[in-house]
Amino acid sequence: MSRQTADFPLIFERSKQGRIAYSLPPLDVPEVDPRTLLPDGYARRKPPALPEVSEVDLIRHYTGLSQRNHGVDSGFYPLGSCTMKYNPKRHEQAARLPGFALIHPYQPEKTVQGALALMYELQGHLAEITGMDAVSLEPAAGAAGEWTGLMMIRAYHEHRGERRTKVLVPDSAHGTNPASAAVAGLTTITVASDASGSVDLAALRAAVGSDTAALMLTNPSTLGLFEEQIAEIAKIVHDAGGLLYYDGANANAILGYTRPGDMGFDVVHLNLHKTFTTPHGGGGPGAGPVGVKASLVPYLPVPLVSRDASGTYHLEYDRPHSIGKVKGFYGNFGILVRAYAYVRTMGPDGLKAVAQDAVLGANYLRKRLSGPYVVAYDRLCKHEFVLSGKRLKETGVRTLDVAKRILDFGYHPPTIYFPLNVEEALMIEPTETESLETLDAFADVLLQIAEEARTDPQLVVQAPYTTVVNRLDETLAARSPVLRHQFQK
Amino acid sequence: MSKFGYLPHTDEDRQHMLRTLGMTHIDELFSDIPDSLQLGRALDLPAGLSEWSLMQHLKELAGRNRHVEDAISFLGAGAYHHHIPSVVDAIIGRSEFYTAYTPYQPEISQGILQAIFEYQTLVCELMGLDVSNASLYDGPTALGEAAMMACSHTRRNRVLVTRTVHPEYRSVLGTYARGQHADVVEVPMRDGLTDMTALASQLSNEVAAVIVSYPNFFGGIEEVARMATMAHEHGALLIVNTYPIALGLLESPGVLGADIAVAEGQSLGNTLSFGGPYLGMMAVRTELVRKLPGRIAGQTKDRDGRRGFVLTLQAREQHIRREKASSNICSNQALNALAASVYLADLGPQGLAEVGTQCMAKARYAESRFAQVGFGRVHDGPYFHEFVLNLGPHAEAIYERLADEGIYLGYPLGGAYPELAGHVLVAVTEVVTKDQIDETARRLEALR
Repeated sequence: MSRQTADFPLIFERSKQGRIAYSLPPLDVPEVDPRTLLPDGYARRKPPALPEVSEVDLIRHYTGLSQRNHGVDSGFYPLGSCTMKYNPKRHEQAARLPGFALIHPYQPEKTVQGALALMYELQGHLAEITGMDAVSLEPAAGAAGEWTGLMMIRAYHEHRGERRTKVLVPDSAHGTNPASAAVAGLTTITVASDASGSVDLAALRAAVGSDTAALMLTNPSTLGLFEEQIAEIAKIVHDAGGLLYYDGANANAILGYTRPGDMGFDVVHLNLHKTFTTPHGGGGPGAGPVGVKASLVPYLPVPLVSRDASGTYHLEYDRPHSIGKVKGFYGNFGILVRAYAYVRTMGPDGLKAVAQDAVLGANYLRKRLSGPYVVAYDRLCKHEFVLSGKRLKETGVRTLDVAKRILDFGYHPPTIYFPLNVEEALMIEPTETESLETLDAFADVLLQIAEEARTDPQLVVQAPYTTVVNRLDETLAARSPVLRHQFQK
Repeated sequence: MSKFGYLPHTDEDRQHMLRTLGMTHIDELFSDIPDSLQLGRALDLPAGLSEWSLMQHLKELAGRNRHVEDAISFLGAGAYHHHIPSVVDAIIGRSEFYTAYTPYQPEISQGILQAIFEYQTLVCELMGLDVSNASLYDGPTALGEAAMMACSHTRRNRVLVTRTVHPEYRSVLGTYARGQHADVVEVPMRDGLTDMTALASQLSNEVAAVIVSYPNFFGGIEEVARMATMAHEHGALLIVNTYPIALGLLESPGVLGADIAVAEGQSLGNTLSFGGPYLGMMAVRTELVRKLPGRIAGQTKDRDGRRGFVLTLQAREQHIRREKASSNICSNQALNALAASVYLADLGPQGLAEVGTQCMAKARYAESRFAQVGFGRVHDGPYFHEFVLNLGPHAEAIYERLADEGIYLGYPLGGAYPELAGHVLVAVTEVVTKDQIDETARRLEALR
């Protein structure tokens, strides 16, 4: 990326009346005049102002935009909690096979047996990986999985005639946890962490009660720490009649070593776009399958994929206690194909090696960066760890500045200012797909920036220097919102 | 050496890193997992496959599906087979886009941010409304979000949804509503359109929104403008669920009085993919912007005055507002939205109108050919490109027989609409040929 003085044009600014890019099949049936076929007042008077461009213009425009974007294929992307691992190219090819890409969701079941078989197998594989009894592939993303899981938990309690409305969430939780609770009609209670970054058991004991619907926990936590007291936590919550929800955002760290089901969790969601390396797509699509223990199976969304005695697969809708549908059709199938391909490529040994190398890389980086940066909880971490930039603060350099300076070295910065309970947080998740050389080079850059902060803080505060734009005015964007292009009249 | 192409560490690398940590064995990294919770066995999964073996396996699975281009397909009902220009995959296949995440660092994400800003503009243009977000999961979840937004905005908790809205959309809406203790009341239908008399009697000052599809599930064109007036008279919002391909020809929801418009965006350059990933489109009037769910890109300037784009109005969102957020959505369908943008830029205003016109022409040709062999459309009113046929008492046998012969006649309605048992919803797009319609008519005649 290099910096130019002129603004990169919008597609609308490239438009010239009369240019076309499209090529449609010839009309082989009698012509119609849509205006005569539509009711009065329902034929469009003013066409939408779509751009008029040639195919060359179109490709150059979007190619130019792509060159103004950083992906995992462009360089290291240690965005904590997002598991930005390499996205295998064979998965892209697989999802584009006509037998997957060109099947309609309402085709007769007998014409989509291959797709249903894939989903059935994936349901089983994810159940084994998480230690759950059944899995629904329907939720479209992690937050959708949380909402689905909490709706099931609600249905479970209601079915037992209990009114439980409170969801306990640690202070280090992802923002989606309390937001999903609200969408499921439940109220959030925040539970504090103790000095070691674990759930404060005394606070938990004080918070649980006859109104507790569930505890939502990410394990390892957003601090990258394995919650060693999980068995005790599960007992406290279960004894109070509540259920345990596992936020699978950090499942990459534990593959093949331990399973949420064995830790005592009743419901789990996985982010296939994290642990199972389906591409993040610039913000999506993802997929957020949900697994449950036997007691919650009746409440899973419809349909599930089942297999009958003859080996034929079916979409099973006859589930009277189901919470219903949480998404159109059956989930983000194209993403499921990729995740299935990943599980089949790695196998049990490969998935365990993923967890090993992810955890090894994170601990190695933690060790290398400890000193100039404060490691928020300087003990064995899992796939990620959190640094605090508070030691740099006296130089006038803040975590935001460090992140912007990192851009000049061709890396995506870590997640910053999260989790909320760490001052000036930098959350680093290297993932298992990065080499020792990449980890060392990144550590060298962070150490150099810490040094720059001491010797030449302005250098850091004014960064970045090499990107297509420098720091953007977010206050202006929010105060005077321009949310669409305004055409000149 | 490394055993896996995605795992770059050599044994030597691993040893070096472990030594740095003062460890000798990799399992020491997992010593914080209590022994009682350690799995202690290999996961019960099939052994890993090479790329070649994997692709052979996946091709075998894919080969067990008879896809729509290997058949004659009149399937629609919320997912549509249209021609996808080759430029779409060329662009969404660029890994700078598809291997990036949500643009948290705008300086190195101007590509996707500008693409989202352009997408928002395109959605506003199609819908005839003021503000769009960066996409939601799909059409049904967008409708659920819209209904909850209307409840929040009006501080009322009842929504009226007409029976002519897609049954799966109503099902997802019901799940959202149960979560938030809102009531969903169904408005009955008559002759494939909303029963306007019933709607008038169901409206009250307790209704947050009226929800209608345009075109509706059966292809019919509802009296959207009249519904807008009726809803507004009671202080309710009008939510229009629409089909973007039709909006090259149909008056925009905004002009007709919609406050919120949502749509399944799949038909804009996204493959059918057995139901996903698709994208939920949503546009609203300006006064609803603070309630809008999901990401929004906004224009701003850098320190030197260059135009640039950032995620904005984030005070609505879960990572800032937590339990008070307008929605819990985090990941969206950005790459699908990019596909929709490329599709719309490829077609332009003429192309979009031409696709719509072809759909209408071919649907009418199919309607007349099927009528000639004894299967007439059951409704009378104006429609876009979908219509209902009554296959009669032997409907199931006819449907199954045709499927065996590679003809997917449409979506059987009896499951979702018991009163329409034996009926099928037929969709005709520009990729269906006259020969395929004629062939289907011949087969129908033989099976009558």
